Amino acid sequence: MRDPCAHCEEMMQPYLDRILTDEEMVEAEAHLNACDYCRRRYRFEESLRVYVRQVVSEQMRPELKERLAALRIPLE
Amino acid sequence: MPAGATVARVETDSEEVEEGQRLAVEARDRVRFEEDALALSDQVYRVARHLAGSREEAEDLVQETYARAFRSWRSFQPGTNLRAWLLRILTNLNIDRGRRQQRAPQMQALEANDYFLYDRLAENGDGVPDEERVVERLSQDDIVSALSAVPHDFRDVIVLVDIGDFSYQDAAQILDIPIGTVMSRLHRGRRILKRELAESAVQEGA
Repeated sequence: MRDPCAHCEEMMQPYLDRILTDEEMVEAEAHLNACDYCRRRYRFEESLRVYVRQVVSEQMRPELKERLAALRIPLE
Repeated sequence: MPAGATVARVETDSEEVEEGQRLAVEARDRVRFEEDALALSDQVYRVARHLAGSREEAEDLVQETYARAFRSWRSFQPGTNLRAWLLRILTNLNIDRGRRQQRAPQMQALEANDYFLYDRLAENGDGVPDEERVVERLSQDDIVSALSAVPHDFRDVIVLVDIGDFSYQDAAQILDIPIGTVMSRLHRGRRILKRELAESAVQEGA
């Protein structure tokens, strides 16, 4: 029999991507409800994704926005 | 005046009216297209910023993308995904400019599992840490430098899916690769990113 935590670990990325089948989803959630070890690591992964997204979301300079608007083709 | 001449002139007038209407409709569609495209510029920039090496390059790339998009707006099919269409232009321009240095594929061994980064970060603290706090052990610089250490092919997919919030399908279309390749690169890219993050955490902890 497979180690249930190792199996849960394999399901983490597809779980967070929401691409597990319904059956796998039930299986993952059942394990997560019972297993603090895996639950912590799932939560960590989720906050890591949010954090990466926040850190790298640099805003563009307003000057660039103006330059883009100026590229529009004028109406005759 | 012969009767035929009047008829001919009336026809010309109505053709002119039709032509005028056609131009007005086209102008309206074009302005709408331009507004829709400009409304997506933050998202386009965000992707460009991570594909290009510097802010200046990213800005050039975005400007070229919009210049090309505005010129070839007729080739956009209304009702399809404009964001993906713009990003397709952007990634093609990026390739044309030779900005994509093809590196040798990653040969370094990857950690065999997905939990190792948490374990690496958590082991440095005392007791059982709170998951959200564990993430904060990584600095913003750690994240930025780890992401830039991920080879282009993998980073492109991470940038589109995890940062740009594109579906696998859209990412496949934008990068012109099969959806299975998007998934495998994403899987591998996330592992590489976490390995880089684990390395920076170890260096700081040492």
